[in-house]
Amino acid sequence: MSQTQDVTITINGEAITRTVPVRMNLVDFIRTEAQLTGSHVGCEHGVCGACTVEIAGAPVRGCLMLAVQADGQEVTTIEGLADSGRSAALRVAFTEHNALQCGFCTPGMLASALEYIDKGGTADRTAIRQHISGNYCRCTGYQSIVEAICDVIETGAKT
Amino acid sequence: MTGPLTIFDRPNSYIGRSVPRADAARLLEGRGAYVDDLQLPRMLHAAFLRSPYAHARIDGFDLDAARAAPGVVAVYVGTDLIDHVTPYVGTLTHLAGLQSPPQMPLAVDRARWQGEPIAMVVAHSRALAEDAVALIEADLEPLDPVCDVEAALLPDADLIHPELGTNVAWERTVNVGDIDTAFAQPGVTIVSRDFTFGRHTGVTLEPRAVVVEFNPSEDQLTFHYSGQAPHMMQAILGKHLHLPEENVRVIARDVGGSFGIKIHTYGDEIATAAVAKLLGRPVKFAADRNESFLTDIHARDHIIKARMGVKADGTIVGIDFDDITGIGPYSMYPRTSAIEANQVLNLTGAPYVMDHYRARARVVFQNKNLMCQYRAVGHPIAMAVADGLLDEAGAALGIDPVEMRRRNLMADDSYPRLSASGMKLADLSHQKSLETLAETMDYTALLADQAEARARGVYRGIGLVSMVEVTNPSPMFYGIGGAPISAQDGATVRLDAGGGLRISSSITEQGQGTNAILAQIAAGIFGIPIERVKVTTGDTDTTPYGGGTWASRGAGIGGEAMLQGALALKEQVLGVAAVMLQTEADSLDIVDGAVTDATGIRMTLSDLAKTVYYRGNELPSDLKPELIATRHYRVTDFPFVFTNGAMAAYVEVDVETGITQVLNFWAVEDCGRVINPMLVDEQVRGGVVQGIGGALYEEILYSDDGQMQNATMADYLVPMAGEMPDIVVKHVETPTRTSVLGAKGAGEAGTGGAPAAVMNAVNDALRPLAGRLDQMPMTPERVLKALGVV
Repeated sequence: MSQTQDVTITINGEAITRTVPVRMNLVDFIRTEAQLTGSHVGCEHGVCGACTVEIAGAPVRGCLMLAVQADGQEVTTIEGLADSGRSAALRVAFTEHNALQCGFCTPGMLASALEYIDKGGTADRTAIRQHISGNYCRCTGYQSIVEAICDVIETGAKT
Repeated sequence: MTGPLTIFDRPNSYIGRSVPRADAARLLEGRGAYVDDLQLPRMLHAAFLRSPYAHARIDGFDLDAARAAPGVVAVYVGTDLIDHVTPYVGTLTHLAGLQSPPQMPLAVDRARWQGEPIAMVVAHSRALAEDAVALIEADLEPLDPVCDVEAALLPDADLIHPELGTNVAWERTVNVGDIDTAFAQPGVTIVSRDFTFGRHTGVTLEPRAVVVEFNPSEDQLTFHYSGQAPHMMQAILGKHLHLPEENVRVIARDVGGSFGIKIHTYGDEIATAAVAKLLGRPVKFAADRNESFLTDIHARDHIIKARMGVKADGTIVGIDFDDITGIGPYSMYPRTSAIEANQVLNLTGAPYVMDHYRARARVVFQNKNLMCQYRAVGHPIAMAVADGLLDEAGAALGIDPVEMRRRNLMADDSYPRLSASGMKLADLSHQKSLETLAETMDYTALLADQAEARARGVYRGIGLVSMVEVTNPSPMFYGIGGAPISAQDGATVRLDAGGGLRISSSITEQGQGTNAILAQIAAGIFGIPIERVKVTTGDTDTTPYGGGTWASRGAGIGGEAMLQGALALKEQVLGVAAVMLQTEADSLDIVDGAVTDATGIRMTLSDLAKTVYYRGNELPSDLKPELIATRHYRVTDFPFVFTNGAMAAYVEVDVETGITQVLNFWAVEDCGRVINPMLVDEQVRGGVVQGIGGALYEEILYSDDGQMQNATMADYLVPMAGEMPDIVVKHVETPTRTSVLGAKGAGEAGTGGAPAAVMNAVNDALRPLAGRLDQMPMTPERVLKALGVV
């Protein structure tokens, strides 16, 4: 089997074509080939959630998927969520509640929060806590993140 | 507050307001600038071969295959760096007797912990460098490791450093009063507990990372790092890489969490700098999670045998304890690995009045990863020991835990005074904080709920802690012992021609909101909308000289420097304005970006600055065109500025599974003047959750032969959102007398206090079943063992 393969991955609407090592994972492709450094690498074994991106509307761990597996797919990163305005209400709420400190978990937190809201999740604090339990944050203690997500849901703000 | 209006009551003051952080928007859009985001021309990537053994003799290497591997530029082993790096030694003179051998970035002849770097590959990508690391043939002879600290103290123990003649790195005793006689008096009840505190680590979500550039034509090294103390690193790099300090620039941009982890000298980072200098090319090293677990400093890991004597009325006679802590094979450079034990000796029982105090600490070498200062250094241990003993004494005497604290806390009107261990205390509010806590948690209602739950076989417990926190350290913490660590910080405030302020400070931002509070202070004190203030931190080239952000010192020390700088600039600006307006400076003020007097706006700051900068010809010849001020500040008269707090946990222990759930948590914190209540609350909450992690989940596990057993995030359990409670935070504000700003630190209180509260709560829950835990983390297995179920 060849050690490299040609891929075209559409990230935030831009098609990126590269010849990549088949072992390269998706988040490394996003960070080094597409130079979108908003997605972060925290554990490389699917636990911390910092590399979470959206593929076809579903959150995916960028470290548990190979770039070649994403060939032909559409990926949305934190930069794309900002540019399209989809994360606008969450960004306001996260700022008002200080739902981020160092910001390293934030790309994954936003992706997970957006999935919860888009699927019609309610402002049920326990349910929100369960939903973001795949995203590790060492700084906040999570409460402000829960409150920010609740805020967006309760005000019905369009995300 | 009552009394005359102060600089904090100005109409445009931001101090005391929950101003959102300006930095948040950037991070929320994915525009952060973390070290691993940096891509430089010609940059190479480093990967390390690390000792697979806890203890091994290095007999040599076959590097041919690694050197021939695709993309490899260079391969180094320990001997290659001997001429390029001066060894470093983790001792300080004020910790009398502390000994530790010289350390090199790559082990030279012996590896002394699993994970110690022993060889390094530099290649075109991290993946290629790792491929080549796998091709290195290392000839290692495994040696018997010494892992257990109690075994390391035995007379016949193998010596990790034979030249030292002992495995004890440091020993200290404190002996105040006469504890043996006092404990032998009639009517004194003695309670004793043997505590064990597991090894933790910081698990910063962003692993350690450096990108090091070297420009041979200017002999200039630039060290981009994820860390807390740029000027300390500048001094260290200059000294150990043989460069004048001014030729070293250290830049810390966005830092993905630190908590004390990223403030030490790590061999892989120093080796990366040395190799960047040798190659004259940028080199990046970004630790992966496995490397983080094996080499980021560990903390806690104390075994403590403790006793408390109390009189029949519950008042404390004294505390007597012995602490043994394992620190790995070296004392960490430059802050040393003796500080945590030192803090335990200094802080245990510090909230309480007692006449007798005896404590001994032994800091012991072992073949595990190095131990050093992590958030709330020593505090969780000191608080858990004292408040754990206090609860045990209360239970023995039949006195309620809140009442026990009422009878023993130092009175709010009794300061300044000394603690039993000799710490200088001032401006504390233990009594008010405890009463605020009892009211906030509705203690009476909680007792009723607990009783009702017990009646139906549900075991809930209430646990309290009264605590102190060491903040705003003076030079007595490190500088006195010879460490290149500044206890003072500086702030520069500059009025630009556009009428905005450019401020810079030597304290650093790791997510706490440092930049936000600096802007709040400058804007409020100077008199300008906060949007017109731009902040620079984290760069030795562009900020004043100072210590950085650690030991809960940023707001208290860096904030005071910023306040003084803003006041100085204001005085300069009003002096210029008085000349231009032909009036007296003391009739003028700066409000909302304009020079005002009793009649209203006289001149905008932009007009003033443009006149000074562009049209100096309109001004008198003797008017100095100075629209910039720098001020520095350090704490004097007190070695530390202590804060205090009172916290409580309400837990439910499932006696079938042993699982503990924290139902509620309350924290009352007195950090002096609160600059930004939201940011302080979030520091407390984040700290409490880190403390809950230490109490219930987090523990580095080593096998008997020094192999780490749980070096993944799936196996080392950290708190996740689902298990954590909402946390109520309240404040008592007793400003420190040591500064105008009056701010003390708040960053570590939660982590320092929460473990004690949770442990006391678990034991309160188990008391009807006659179970007791003295070990953290309180895992389900340990709970069940305490109950005799398994």
